[in-house]
Amino acid sequence: MTSDKTEVLIVGSGFGGAIAAYHLAAGGAKVTVLERGPWLETKDFDHDFLLGSSYTRAFDFVVGDGMSVLGGNCVGGGSVVYFAAMPRAPRFVFERHGSIGRRMWPAEISRDTLDPWYDRVAEAIPVTQQDWNDVTYSGGLWAAACHHSGRTANPTPVAIDNAKCTNCNWMMGGCRFDAKRSMLTNYLPAAISHGATIRPLHEVQKIERTHDGGYRVHYNIVDDVDYRVHSESGVIEAKIVILAAGAGATPVILQRSEEALGKMPHGVGRYFSGNGERLNTAILNEDKVREVLGLSREDGLAYEANQIGKGPTVACWDRLDEKLPEYSRYSMEQLYFPPGLGTILAQVPGGDAPTWFGKEKKEILKRWRSWLTIFLMTEDDNEGVFGPPPPTGNAFRVSQQMLGRGALKYDPTPNTLSGWAKADAEVKEIMEKDGLATIAPWTNDVVGAYTVHPLASCRIGDDAATSALHPNHELRDHPGIFVTDGSAVPGALTVNPAMTIAALAERAVPGIVKAAQNRGIDVKYGAPSPDGSISGRRGVTKLALSLAGD
Amino acid sequence: MTLEAYADTIVPGEKRHPDDHAIAGVSEGPGSVEAGAIELLETEATGITAGLDFLVPMLNGHAKAYAEEHGRDLDPSLPEFVALSYEDRVQLILKLTKNGHPEKDGWVSLALFCNMAFDSAPHLSTAQALADGHPGLRAMGITTPDADGLWRFPNYSYGRKLAEVHPDTTPSGSPA
Repeated sequence: MTSDKTEVLIVGSGFGGAIAAYHLAAGGAKVTVLERGPWLETKDFDHDFLLGSSYTRAFDFVVGDGMSVLGGNCVGGGSVVYFAAMPRAPRFVFERHGSIGRRMWPAEISRDTLDPWYDRVAEAIPVTQQDWNDVTYSGGLWAAACHHSGRTANPTPVAIDNAKCTNCNWMMGGCRFDAKRSMLTNYLPAAISHGATIRPLHEVQKIERTHDGGYRVHYNIVDDVDYRVHSESGVIEAKIVILAAGAGATPVILQRSEEALGKMPHGVGRYFSGNGERLNTAILNEDKVREVLGLSREDGLAYEANQIGKGPTVACWDRLDEKLPEYSRYSMEQLYFPPGLGTILAQVPGGDAPTWFGKEKKEILKRWRSWLTIFLMTEDDNEGVFGPPPPTGNAFRVSQQMLGRGALKYDPTPNTLSGWAKADAEVKEIMEKDGLATIAPWTNDVVGAYTVHPLASCRIGDDAATSALHPNHELRDHPGIFVTDGSAVPGALTVNPAMTIAALAERAVPGIVKAAQNRGIDVKYGAPSPDGSISGRRGVTKLALSLAGD
Repeated sequence: MTLEAYADTIVPGEKRHPDDHAIAGVSEGPGSVEAGAIELLETEATGITAGLDFLVPMLNGHAKAYAEEHGRDLDPSLPEFVALSYEDRVQLILKLTKNGHPEKDGWVSLALFCNMAFDSAPHLSTAQALADGHPGLRAMGITTPDADGLWRFPNYSYGRKLAEVHPDTTPSGSPA
């Protein structure tokens, strides 16, 4: 067993880990990042479904009881496999009550107080608006369908360099053309240039306290090809630990550490949210697309463009209305979902059982190019709970890569079911109007509900009974341990969460720097954006002083 | 033969020859079996290969019980699941993959990989599979890549405004 020391140890290298790593390294701390997945470079991002290609190496699919989670598993984490949609959460989200009967976000966080941190992220990554020329055929079709039924539709803000994007639609396995702005293109190289060390294929098992008030982190080294194989183990000691392993893994590490660290706050591994997500598959009538919507491509086709694009480009935000009651607000976004683990969950619209397999299902597979997927993000009830942790990692790994069985239990409440049903009904109304398409939601019967945006399994809050973290992201009763990933977000956001996860991580950094200083680490807050820009820093100067308690 | 019959129930195909019992023959064009389901299931990286030796007799045991319950006479020369009609295979798979069934995980995994053999062929390199005319990828209409094995779509947009933007959109392009 190898043993080592660092000042700040970060678990995970996605948005939460990379942002913290950059600021702390740039501020002068010795930073080490442990990442359980491989370190893939641009040339490694394949256009290939072959087992063992980047498509299976870079992400994880964990089947739970009632909920399955798709997440990143590589240096850069979720940012390498995400679809780069970066909207800010609507104002009402921060006022939500959810399952606790009162405001679930900390009193000091609102859209107004988070906006300067959103600005920092938008400058650093950077995030830009798209115009209608950037919108793909599928996004354009969704916009036209929304307009046809009297609704608005927005090109979404994204973290994509459109000049480099080839609309290949392989972005889920990493971007071969460096068009997608993942953490590999901004925060992580900047962190490395300031001396941060990143160790791939290091899967953290548990944390224990050292005699001097620091922490000792135990890890296994994962085989580069067969993730079921762990060859060695080791420990590393640190004064500050930042957990950013993702909402499907951070609480599991803490659960496994409870025996050594002492009792965990009640909120660890509870209040998990799937961001209320639903996927609907519309099978388009190409003639109606031409006749009703007046759409046609350069090559004369009306649509048949399911394979073409770059993830979500258009969303309908008509239901993000703060005047509507909770659980009836949602966004409806066009999304490409590749074949493989998703296609099986598409159901035959209007069919009798079986609808997810069998001869009728094969007939809709033959019309795959005419599919349009609509992604719904609703308000769920934070009803997910993690069971006992598996012996290693966050799941019993089934396949060499990608597929595992986890201990997450998710039993949707009537509130969540009602929100899902409302959103499903509206998208059906839009897509079936005047015979444009037939549509059905993905089945939850096969692998449970399905989220690509796991949240809230160690959430921040003002109340010790319903949150795992103080509003500054420090783990309750365990000073020196912080959580900065999606697990800190209190609840569903009704939009894609990466922008909010990143803004919260930016906001958490001044407090972490202060805690590091108090533990004798020579570190300062105040780095510019990774590319040297400074307007974002200027915008948060006063807020940062306040968060550091100065 | 039993696994072929399971795969053919998930994505059915045409019989390969008149005496083909594994493939029920309820669909035109090749299905999961011809797409390589058995080859994929026997790929060790899936993690279910070692379990197949257990799943096959279990499936035939369930098929035998199903036949007795529903009064079906099975051809004794065939494995029990293969001897069931397509409709009965469907009903049995619905039962085995239903929430609460103690063996659900195993039967769902089997269905997932049988489907993937057809829709993404993860036992093959995708570009090569397309070049070789993989029946599933071809049926779905997946296009071939450029000469370097990468996909690019220079035409991708209708290129015009197609809806009104929400009135409460902020200067950053986000919802208010």
